[in-house]
Amino acid sequence: MWDYVKLLAFGVIAVLAAIAANYARDAAYLVHALLIMLVAGGLFVWQLRRADEPKAVHDETVYMDGVVRAGVVATAFWGVVGFLVGVFIAFQLAFPELNFTWADGYANFGRLRPLHTSAVIFAFGGNALIATSFYVVQRTSAARLWGGNLAWFVFWGFQLFIVIAATGYLLGATQSREYAEPEWYADWWLVVVWLAYLAVFMGTIFKRREPHIYVANWFYLSFIVTVAMLHVVNNLSLPVSIFGSRSISAFAGVQDAMTQWWYGHNAVGFFLTAGFLGMMYYFVPKQAERPVYSYKLSIIHFWALIFLYIWAGPHHLHYTALPDWAQTLGMTFSIMLWMPSWGGMINGLMTLSGAWDKLRTDPIIRMMVVAVGFYGMATFEGPMMSIRAVNSLSHYTDWTIGHVHSGALGWNGMITFGALYFLVPRLWQREALYSVRLVSWHFWLATIGIVLYAASMWVTGIMEGLMWREVDSQGFLVNSFADTVDAKLPMYVVRALGGTLFLAGAVIMCVNLWKTVTSTAERKPATAAVAAE
Amino acid sequence: METYTLLRHFADSWFLLLMTLFFIGVIVWAFRPGSRELHDDTRNIVFRNEDRPAAGRDETEPRAQRGDRHFHEAR
Repeated sequence: MWDYVKLLAFGVIAVLAAIAANYARDAAYLVHALLIMLVAGGLFVWQLRRADEPKAVHDETVYMDGVVRAGVVATAFWGVVGFLVGVFIAFQLAFPELNFTWADGYANFGRLRPLHTSAVIFAFGGNALIATSFYVVQRTSAARLWGGNLAWFVFWGFQLFIVIAATGYLLGATQSREYAEPEWYADWWLVVVWLAYLAVFMGTIFKRREPHIYVANWFYLSFIVTVAMLHVVNNLSLPVSIFGSRSISAFAGVQDAMTQWWYGHNAVGFFLTAGFLGMMYYFVPKQAERPVYSYKLSIIHFWALIFLYIWAGPHHLHYTALPDWAQTLGMTFSIMLWMPSWGGMINGLMTLSGAWDKLRTDPIIRMMVVAVGFYGMATFEGPMMSIRAVNSLSHYTDWTIGHVHSGALGWNGMITFGALYFLVPRLWQREALYSVRLVSWHFWLATIGIVLYAASMWVTGIMEGLMWREVDSQGFLVNSFADTVDAKLPMYVVRALGGTLFLAGAVIMCVNLWKTVTSTAERKPATAAVAAE
Repeated sequence: METYTLLRHFADSWFLLLMTLFFIGVIVWAFRPGSRELHDDTRNIVFRNEDRPAAGRDETEPRAQRGDRHFHEAR
């Protein structure tokens, strides 16, 4: 019965999408309607061929790792895509000729920049978070994922969102809200996928066989819940037409800006921090073979982080129409955030106490430690930059870009790489990684790449900030904007080279992981499984 | 009174107090007597059940009991 309902639904969606494509008012909407038509049509055929076949049985005595494996592959794939686009737009900034005239309106910097940010944050980071959260919540709850194939719906639904968002950017569909560029129908689709994700995660926690919810799951859960809330509020908008991609925000003026940066900063705080801290609290203890340094500190870390982060957004709007009290509030909470952030960093690093020798022999733990180190550096730099006086120099300069990348490449990238190296041998039942030497190569290429990136952006950021504010004895500005652009060229080249090194490291990782799956010995079955009581 | 003013006063008085007390309560709760043993058990969760879910598949049994039983078996 359920099979026929699904068949009917896929058929209706395919027809409606075809009708929508016929009435489409813009190119992005047309492409997306055709895409949905093809996906729904394909699913219709797929469903038709397996109707009334015996259903897959969900064996509650084993973990559901297929979807985690798919998530690992997607993370590696989107990572390389996102880094590649990043390297290309870095070269576009250094050498504007790379904004080819024949690709104008599709592959110029303005179109590719949101493709890069969304690809690395949501496609690479998001897939890493979904995959690791599914892995971690099963192990720490000692229970199979809840909801049967719902986890697969989350995985494929999220990939569809990524494809709709990415093609939309190239074709010009954007809400012009940073990190929230996808237009209204993509937003609505993500709400459906995200609620399914929440259901799978919560359902697994509800049927857990451990009395306590391990701290990593608290961080993952706060990430899922908060992102749902942020996403819905920030994307409240009215479509101009149901047959077009354009929509108008529900807010106006400074309220609109404040909603956007309440979302924007908490995308950093809950997507790129809380979620990845969930990774840290599982994978660092596992790789170090030591339990987390202080469980009490992890509890305080969690509550302090979520209590403070949510207020930090106004520091993106210093010296704007936002009321002074709100700016001061944002700044104060940002500075207070330094404490839980460093508490968490110390907790992660001290987990290695008594196992520091592993740093010499195990490049994976080295990667994780560097990740936690960059977390500490980025969460020191951030509060400092949120101080209004510092912000008057740093805002709108490349310093901000450097700050974001030391957090994103250093913290999010490195902890994800560490988690992938940890997961692949286990998920594919392999004895060990194909090559530890290649992990070392990846580690050094990525680390040197990040250092080149962050250092060049500090120099160019502070330089252009100082150039913009330089006045002569008569009170006239000394430099024109083009003077700063000219002066930045060497640093832009260094930045692009740093990005290239980081990308090269990620490609080496993919080769290593591929070889691990295809050409290493299979792990012998563990000692005879203990019979169930 | 305007809605803005009303909410503003509530936010920076009673609700601020409530959140501060909740936060202090969390810290006190984390350091309560007897929590050390519990936390030692909890932080070792990552080293259990690596390969397959915990045994005892009776879904009708309430979660709290299931959990407690496992908890006591573990020690």
